[in-house]
Amino acid sequence: MTAPALSKTAEWRHRLLRRHIVGAVAAVLLRVAAVAGIAALVLLLVVVARDGLDRLSWDFITSYPSRFASQAGIRSALLGSLWVLGLTAAFAVPVGIGAAIYLEEFAPPNWLTRIIETNINNLAGVPSIVYGLLGLALFVRAMELGRSVLAGALTLSLVVLPIVIVSAREGLRTVPPSIREASLALGATRWQTVWHQVLPAALAPMMTGVILALSRAIGETAPLITIGALLFVPFDPHGPLDSFTVLPIQIFNWVSRPQPAFHQAAAAGIIVLLAVLLGMNAIAIAIRYWSERRRQW
Amino acid sequence: MRALHLAGRTLVPLALLAVLAAVGCGGTSGGAGDLSGGAGDLSGRIVIDGSSTVFPISEAVAEEFRIEQPGVEVVVGISGTGGGFQKFCNGETDISDASRPIRQQEIDACRNKGIDFIELPVAFDALTVVVHPSNDWVDCITVAELKKMWEPAAQGTITRWNQVNPGWPDRPLRLYGPGTDSGTFDYFTEAIVGKEDASRGDYTASEDDNVLVQGVAGDANALGYFGLAYYLENRSRLKALKVDGGQGCVEPSVQNVINGTYRPLSRPLFIYVSTRAMERPEVRAFVDFYVDVAGDLASEVGYVRLPDAAYDLVRQRWQTRRTGTLFQGVEPGLRIEDILARER
Repeated sequence: MTAPALSKTAEWRHRLLRRHIVGAVAAVLLRVAAVAGIAALVLLLVVVARDGLDRLSWDFITSYPSRFASQAGIRSALLGSLWVLGLTAAFAVPVGIGAAIYLEEFAPPNWLTRIIETNINNLAGVPSIVYGLLGLALFVRAMELGRSVLAGALTLSLVVLPIVIVSAREGLRTVPPSIREASLALGATRWQTVWHQVLPAALAPMMTGVILALSRAIGETAPLITIGALLFVPFDPHGPLDSFTVLPIQIFNWVSRPQPAFHQAAAAGIIVLLAVLLGMNAIAIAIRYWSERRRQW
Repeated sequence: MRALHLAGRTLVPLALLAVLAAVGCGGTSGGAGDLSGGAGDLSGRIVIDGSSTVFPISEAVAEEFRIEQPGVEVVVGISGTGGGFQKFCNGETDISDASRPIRQQEIDACRNKGIDFIELPVAFDALTVVVHPSNDWVDCITVAELKKMWEPAAQGTITRWNQVNPGWPDRPLRLYGPGTDSGTFDYFTEAIVGKEDASRGDYTASEDDNVLVQGVAGDANALGYFGLAYYLENRSRLKALKVDGGQGCVEPSVQNVINGTYRPLSRPLFIYVSTRAMERPEVRAFVDFYVDVAGDLASEVGYVRLPDAAYDLVRQRWQTRRTGTLFQGVEPGLRIEDILARER
């Protein structure tokens, strides 16, 4: 019963006041930090929309590049991006999820596993242009794939693979161990446990991570320039061995031209790129929503 | 049952590989056997790469060629003149865009791979020296003054305008120029300093000429250099200096580039055609077309056309399939017709 006595001292009041001030200041600073990210995004959207919205039209999306800024379109770059993205997903997602399942569910906790884990975490931080050099030497030259959609997709697969693995493992870890133990206790094998219990439960967070990793792939420019993606491609890519260009490279090319009309085309191109990105994120949200509703526990 | 399962597992990837291979063949072999050569019925793919300066011209030619020969897929990339030659001499490209003549070590690299080339000048590029529009103390600059500003010895010592010319005010001198990967940098250093790639390093460098335009337009004490096209698009924000190469002050203009008086800051731009690629009819048709339209399209995208006499010589050089280089090691400032006529 010393507390009431203490609360009356000036010392106690002073400390209380100071703690509340510190708390209030921290809340304001944290709110500024949260708003700063949004503010940057809004500013970007406003600037890009102001420059590019007039230029954006169906013709812009369906036309090939041109030296006339008013006729230049984004068709081959958009199709190139979608091709590369599709193939990258086809390579990186199965391998990445497979690696994550092995490391999380099967790998014995020994030195080899630790080396693999450390390496994957380090690879996730390697600058993408380094993968570009690897892609140039390995896929373009050694495997003689040339500067094709396939070579680009394989290179980007390398870029996103560590990110896919890391985020897929995070997803697997959200499944409580009790689910696995219950399944094993009922006589299921390890694989049956993974396939019937863990994977369905971890699908939502895994797919969210995977799609965010692929969103990174669609914005990558450096590794594709390194392997020699082209700039003026006035036709659709028909197969994995065709030449290609992608949205960020086309935008970069327009920005670096002297005529202001091309800068508007670049802004319109950025809007298309953002739309593709937001579309992919929307898919990630939809998957999460849908599979969380199906979860039975 | 188990055996069947295993067979299925190995067969699926094999079948996938086979499909990929088949698609690949379909994609790359087009046009190889096509020898008819008439209008509009060629097919195949032509790969062009190299200088970012020449890119707009090759792009324009490729765009127009598509109307004549819709079956031929012409793609154009940018990897810099040097990077372009690397791919060209590796047999990866058919035509290389270049903003400077090929170098000896590049010729050797090509020879090692058994690749020979035909060198074709297609247009002029002119470099402009620009200052801020409010700059009222300089209208004309001599090559010696430019050299004093830009040579490697100037680094850290020449930092004020009056150090270059006592008649100019005591103001800080801030320099803007292209980065070392650029063909423009190679050319400027050779023409002004006298030695290729010899330049001070303490200036604001960017591979993107728009950044240089922004820099000079926003700095009253600035001086910078870049391609004529970028100046012509931004006339209102910049002031171009006349250049005195020994025969008085000459304004950077299309007229003065053609008549050969804007020296030494105008340079020819080239395409190099691989003799191996030339065996394909679609490549021959494309280069025929390129040589015919280069002048018109080059001036349309902001460069300066060669004199008609020079285009005649270029066409002749192409039609007689003369390989090798005439421009390697040529001192800047010579009339292009004279260089082209040397061989005859």
